[in-house]
Amino acid sequence: MALRKRKTDVISADLASQIGESESMAVQLRRMARKNKLAVASAVFLVLLIFAAVFVPFLSPYDPVSGDASIRLQAPSAAHWLGTDEMGRDVLTRLLYGARISLAVGVVPTLVSMIIGVALGVIAGYAGGKTDYIIMRLADVMLAFPSLLLAMVIMYTLGDGVMNIFLALALVGWASVARVARSETISLKETEYVQAARSIGVRPARIILRHILPNCLPALIVLFTLNIPSAILSESSLSFLGVGVKLPNSSWGLMVNMGRQFLYNAPWISLAPSAAIMLVVLSCNFLGDGLRDALDPHLNNE
Amino acid sequence: MDEMTLKIEHLCSGFFTERGYVPAVDDVSLLIPRGHVVGIVGESGCGKSMIARSVMGLLKYPGRITGGSIRLDGRELTGLTDRELQPIRGREMAMIFQEPMTSLNPVIPVGKQMREALLLHEDISRSAAKAEVIRMLSHVGVSEPEKRYNAYPHELSGGLRQRVMIAMAMICKPKLLIADEPTTALDVTIEAQILRLIRDLSRETGMSVLLISHNLGVIAQMCDTVYVMYAGKIVEQADALTLFDSYAHPYTRGLMDSVVRLDATPRRLPAIGGVVPNLLRLPAGCAFAPRCPHAVERCQAERPALEELSPGHWCRCFERGRE
Repeated sequence: MALRKRKTDVISADLASQIGESESMAVQLRRMARKNKLAVASAVFLVLLIFAAVFVPFLSPYDPVSGDASIRLQAPSAAHWLGTDEMGRDVLTRLLYGARISLAVGVVPTLVSMIIGVALGVIAGYAGGKTDYIIMRLADVMLAFPSLLLAMVIMYTLGDGVMNIFLALALVGWASVARVARSETISLKETEYVQAARSIGVRPARIILRHILPNCLPALIVLFTLNIPSAILSESSLSFLGVGVKLPNSSWGLMVNMGRQFLYNAPWISLAPSAAIMLVVLSCNFLGDGLRDALDPHLNNE
Repeated sequence: MDEMTLKIEHLCSGFFTERGYVPAVDDVSLLIPRGHVVGIVGESGCGKSMIARSVMGLLKYPGRITGGSIRLDGRELTGLTDRELQPIRGREMAMIFQEPMTSLNPVIPVGKQMREALLLHEDISRSAAKAEVIRMLSHVGVSEPEKRYNAYPHELSGGLRQRVMIAMAMICKPKLLIADEPTTALDVTIEAQILRLIRDLSRETGMSVLLISHNLGVIAQMCDTVYVMYAGKIVEQADALTLFDSYAHPYTRGLMDSVVRLDATPRRLPAIGGVVPNLLRLPAGCAFAPRCPHAVERCQAERPALEELSPGHWCRCFERGRE
């Protein structure tokens, strides 16, 4: 007993230099907020945008579909903040209605493709051997195929509609995610803490869920924020090619295209949705970087 | 119950590489009686860690066990699948790794990581497991264990993390603890504390320990029996006293000579000349012959066998004791 007491004393000295409590997630996020103002601004912008997109029927006096021909192609003014389009519809109103589809298209298929990709990639990386070979060759085939073309084929087969856009984009997006997840898994599999977990008899499923996935998260969060904009852009391309969102619905890609022919005399029709796409893409990236820093336990010390 | 906790007989394991089979462990036999601390000493790359990983069934690809038997408490381990090994790992045998900085998952509080082993192997409630983890933490000398329970690994020092690793390995009271260079990454004061802790725990619980080290001081302080390894083979084995008093193999002598002594007049520290041979192209004779100051013609042509010099003291050399 006396021996143990002495040992404990030695250790307390050892501890004196270290920070005390481990912190809650909320505290961590708050500290990250102080350090990374850009990420916070991005988050605020995205939240406001989502809020506006949801409540646009109450916020805007204008109808998104039927316009007033007498006020077509008007420049931005107090009544129409972002001007009107070729059919006399308020551009801001259409922009916010379009945000519903564009944001959903950015998030939902990306999330689905992340889930498919991470599941397949982690299994391939952990199992190795034949399983790895089959899954990764499948991913190679997907990547070798032009993704937009594939999405178009899927859209032609399934027909129009937002749900089908989700499906098409989710099916073409998983392969690159699988590659990242696989390579992360392979390097994490060799870390000593995974070996240590194996050495106390932890089962593979639990090792994957508890030890590998959480440590993949920083890379996956960044990938997620990078894939959202590309999904938004893919939807724009599909809509442009006539297999995506159809009029009179609006999505940002569609709006950019419709405004193309008026680029000289009414540039705001195309520029407003273009700026919106750019801002959302930037915000996603800033937010992703901020989250990655905040969620990385190694960086919490400073 | 078997008198021997671990009985390794004629173990061979190695790597299948593109350039051929690398015999990292060649015909090694090793016994660990219950409650004993057995040491393996040798320089880097001599196969020490391969033995540890072979026992745990944690050989990294393309490593594989190619022959021999490993019996833990009478139960054969070679040939078991990963699934069959899972209930044995952690419960019957556990391992402490070299690098405490990377042996703990950075995103899970240390208490929860320790609890994992208990929940896996024992029918125990979460709160009871937590209490047990806290008891174990204080047992290995972690102060304020309730507070440490929720700490993340990066919030702990190297010494504390290694204590946590030991507590994690010991929590299901395994019969065998494999410590693969447990103190290499720590400074000397912490090293002494950790070694004393392992020794005390082994005495208290009757647990057997396989201690792997390249540090003769550590081995001398800790072990009952010592095996000296060179190029995948045991070259000398004896109880610790015999080995340090009357070592016979030239390689062991080389190791002993290269220890810094504080009580002798300062001199240039002799090193063993040359390097470890390439395991892909082992010499025809004794693997140590190219570096051996006493090598004779016979050493280049024939491989010596382990011979018993005195009861329990074995040596693999033609020229031992002839000086």
